[in-house]
Amino acid sequence: MTDIVRVTDLRVHFPVKSRGVFPRTIGQVKAVDGVSLHIGAGETLGLVGESGCGKSTTGRAILRLLPITSGRVEIEGTDITDLSRRQMRPRRREAQMIFQDPYNALNPRQTVGSIIAAPFRIQKVDPPGGVRAAVRDLMDRVGLNPEHVNRYPNEFSGGQRQRIGIARAIALQPRLIVCDEPVSALDVSIQAQILNLLSTLQEEFQLSYLFIAHDLAVVRHIAQRVAVMYLGSIVEVASREDIYSHPLHPYTYALMSAIPVPDPHLQAERQRIVLRGDPPSPVDPPTGCTFHTRCHIAQERCRTEIPVLRDMGGGHEVACHFPLTDLSATAT
Amino acid sequence: MTGAFLEVRDLHVDFPTDDGTVHAVAGASFSVSPGSTMAIVGESGSGKSVTAQAIMGLLNPRAAQVSGHVFLNGTDLLECEPDDVRRMRGSVMSMIFQDPLSSLHPFYRIGDQLVEAVRVHQNVSKSQARDMAIDGLRRVGIPAPERRVDDYPHQLSGGMRQRVMIAMALINGPDLLIADEPTTALDVTVQAQIIDLMMELQEQTGTTMVVITHDLGVVAEMAKDVCVMYGGRIVEHGSTDDIYYRTSMPYTQGLLSSVPRLDEVRSERLDPIPGNPPSLIRLPSGCVFHPRCRERSRVEDDLCRTLEPELLEVSPGHTARCHLVDGTGGAP
Repeated sequence: MTDIVRVTDLRVHFPVKSRGVFPRTIGQVKAVDGVSLHIGAGETLGLVGESGCGKSTTGRAILRLLPITSGRVEIEGTDITDLSRRQMRPRRREAQMIFQDPYNALNPRQTVGSIIAAPFRIQKVDPPGGVRAAVRDLMDRVGLNPEHVNRYPNEFSGGQRQRIGIARAIALQPRLIVCDEPVSALDVSIQAQILNLLSTLQEEFQLSYLFIAHDLAVVRHIAQRVAVMYLGSIVEVASREDIYSHPLHPYTYALMSAIPVPDPHLQAERQRIVLRGDPPSPVDPPTGCTFHTRCHIAQERCRTEIPVLRDMGGGHEVACHFPLTDLSATAT
Repeated sequence: MTGAFLEVRDLHVDFPTDDGTVHAVAGASFSVSPGSTMAIVGESGSGKSVTAQAIMGLLNPRAAQVSGHVFLNGTDLLECEPDDVRRMRGSVMSMIFQDPLSSLHPFYRIGDQLVEAVRVHQNVSKSQARDMAIDGLRRVGIPAPERRVDDYPHQLSGGMRQRVMIAMALINGPDLLIADEPTTALDVTVQAQIIDLMMELQEQTGTTMVVITHDLGVVAEMAKDVCVMYGGRIVEHGSTDDIYYRTSMPYTQGLLSSVPRLDEVRSERLDPIPGNPPSLIRLPSGCVFHPRCRERSRVEDDLCRTLEPELLEVSPGHTARCHLVDGTGGAP
């Protein structure tokens, strides 16, 4: 399988400035600190983690929507890390984005037709049959009534707005779509509709998705591989089967055990690890393994030595000195 | 019904607007026994939050028309003078909201806000109230409460702020606590902490709780009884086991089958409920769920479109609003 995206040692740091007339840089927020990942054609990589772990920053940096501090991003074999804005522009056809909040991601003063036609205008693409026909076709594909082409976003519900955002993203038939929490603002019954739509479109256009979400259950449903982020780094990455049946990183395990299952009997029997405290600040991350302050099996070594991602077999990679061997060992 | 601590009987809430009357709640009835937890589940616009606000007397009488009965320990709150309800609010009954940042005053120290909550209802000195505030913060697991009491809300993390809200809600020892989406804005690991805390405190204090949520996992973990709301109506009501294992209303069934689950790989496709939730101004005729219902064809004479079903008994304590329930224990 050829990789559509290949990211190597990506770092995105934001300076922290002092107050005053002459602000000085007094620190760095290491939002993304050494992330490497790859996504194959037609594959979905789920990127999960808590708020502030750097998952959205990673997604935006891959699309060059944020300045990259260091590292390399390749899309379809081309290094786009250092392209100028002008050089980047034609490349944007290949990689698009779907946003979390379907209310703020659409211009309220534009009609749906105009919103969906924007990619054609900007990229100066003339689709066969004309833009108007293309827009109607896109609306039909994402489950919107093409007769509503002249309506404004406020006339649509949240789920329908998300469909508009999806139509806009697939307009130029990109290879990659970064989906940043595309269903977390939606109701359960609508969420399932949108997830199914994303799957259909993936099959139809051989799309690759970077699916960013905090909800591990949603990711389990849609992603073939899953990467877990904590404080700017990937701590575990594996196929869906591997990561859900035997997570190796204690954080992954804790994250999964924290999600209540909609089954009262099962929920009562589940063994949970409730993490203490909140994630630490990325301005001043803990030494050694960044997770050691909240880890239930942390040892002295974790405080001093930074663990690196290593392959535990079958592409199941984990950054932990003491990966979980079997689940019963973690119950204590 | 005797033995119920909170009893809501035939509650109606209408909001007259320029476009027509919004029937937010149409005839909700339920009761909660002392010390137990009832969950109200539903999607946006189902009327669950408005029900809570009506119980707490938080609806603006100029905007909302409320009718029916809300008995709290035998007293009908809807018959009480506004001043009497105000005295009960925060002492006998209190509420936790979804977004702890907008529920705390940004300019006042959290200690001062807690002290105010105490002194409105109890005749104690400032220093006594401050001690109570520190004690309350300690009970909800805030480290170093003697120092934290002088923090401003922005100095605390989301989870800590929600703990402060819980401390404030419980500081006067209420008998009823209504939690409106208490963990929706929080990360899953923090959500697990807050759920544990709420259940622990309930065990200690015996507070009756009503939890409003859209998350069927949270319900499975916290509640003994469940009301499922749709289109302003209670469509199914029963014990948690009834709702999850003996589901009798097609809407509840649809909700349960459209949730992606962490504990099992579902078939590649989710099974969503088709369509969108109804407009509360122009509700469908007959059963409010009929335009989205799959079981509709099993009912003769198109009854679902013409006649609104009553809440019928499936088994003792378990009712469902569906023509397929024959009132003798048969489930669809």
